[in-house]
Amino acid sequence: MSLTNEIVQQRLTEYFGEAVFNFTAPYGMLTFETPKENNLKVLQFLYDELGFQFLTDVTAVHYPNDKGRELAVVYHLHNLVENIRIRFKVFTDINTPDVFTATRLFESANWQERETYDFYGVNFVGHPNLRRIMNVDEMDYFPQRKEYPVEDQTRRDKDDEMFGRGGDTAFTKDVY
Amino acid sequence: MARPVRFNIHPKKADIHDNIAIADMPEGSQGEGYFATNFEKIVGLARKNSLWPLPFATSCCGIEFMATMAPHYDLARFGAERLGFTPRQCDLLMVMGTISKKMAPVVKQVYLQMAEPRWVMAVGACACSGGIFDTYSVLQGIDQVVPVDVYVPGCPPRPEAIIDGVLRIQDLVHNESLRRRNTPEYKALLNSYGIQ
Repeated sequence: MSLTNEIVQQRLTEYFGEAVFNFTAPYGMLTFETPKENNLKVLQFLYDELGFQFLTDVTAVHYPNDKGRELAVVYHLHNLVENIRIRFKVFTDINTPDVFTATRLFESANWQERETYDFYGVNFVGHPNLRRIMNVDEMDYFPQRKEYPVEDQTRRDKDDEMFGRGGDTAFTKDVY
Repeated sequence: MARPVRFNIHPKKADIHDNIAIADMPEGSQGEGYFATNFEKIVGLARKNSLWPLPFATSCCGIEFMATMAPHYDLARFGAERLGFTPRQCDLLMVMGTISKKMAPVVKQVYLQMAEPRWVMAVGACACSGGIFDTYSVLQGIDQVVPVDVYVPGCPPRPEAIIDGVLRIQDLVHNESLRRRNTPEYKALLNSYGIQ
């Protein structure tokens, strides 16, 4: 019998009970949430019991208005045998963005967690080499956090209104 | 069926009359068996028609440059036949494509490794000004790290535009005073980029 979203959800709830919640399936891809202390246990369970042995992506999302859970770390997993993908999120406070590293389980997490750290400042506890990977080493902020404008701030020759610099940006208007 | 053979049987002599560009003679005085002119002009003429470009291609402008070097547009016609792939041999640094802030020290390093006299051409909107990439990660024009002689606009510029840029470089090379690189203005320019 092939693996389906329902079976995955059932096995997870049997094993973790209340620690996995918010199950949804946008565009048919099973998505759920777990407390951040639990992320490695969930990864290990999915690896051993359900065959999700390919970590496709680790990334993060910044929700500046969600106090206490501003940063979401998202794990995308793929079961190559059954050809089914799932994703789960752990949320963390932006002031203590500490999440356990998945590098012991997946070698590929090394690169992806460095990238997530680089852009969102998620501190992966236990990562062997957590430093910037894409941006210049001298950069002193995490550019994908929403309080930082995407535009280069050194330019003076472009019209601010036309290029979204300064003044009323979406962030200052608090529209999120 | 016999294949019509059109080539090489009765080779036609190419008509080279008025069909080859020859560099104009510099100003000077001449007579029977001698010609006298400025050393500067001779050096300018020689340098101008034997530029060694160093391609620094990072994106789509590099593809246009490949077309520029290929037979259809043929940059070799202008004496820039030989691309050097080490900066130490080259006179003309051609930066083609988006330069990220992480790449900026590399561009500068390459520039520093070139021997004087050296010229720089920024090809395309990204190299000139950052182009559409008005973001935190992209250098807003290579003139923030190295002095640029000629800017070629376009996104990407057509090969004709790149050739035009090379011709403008040739004008600069041709008319440059031999002492220009020793002038206080030139030293001040390099100093403003932190280059000694």
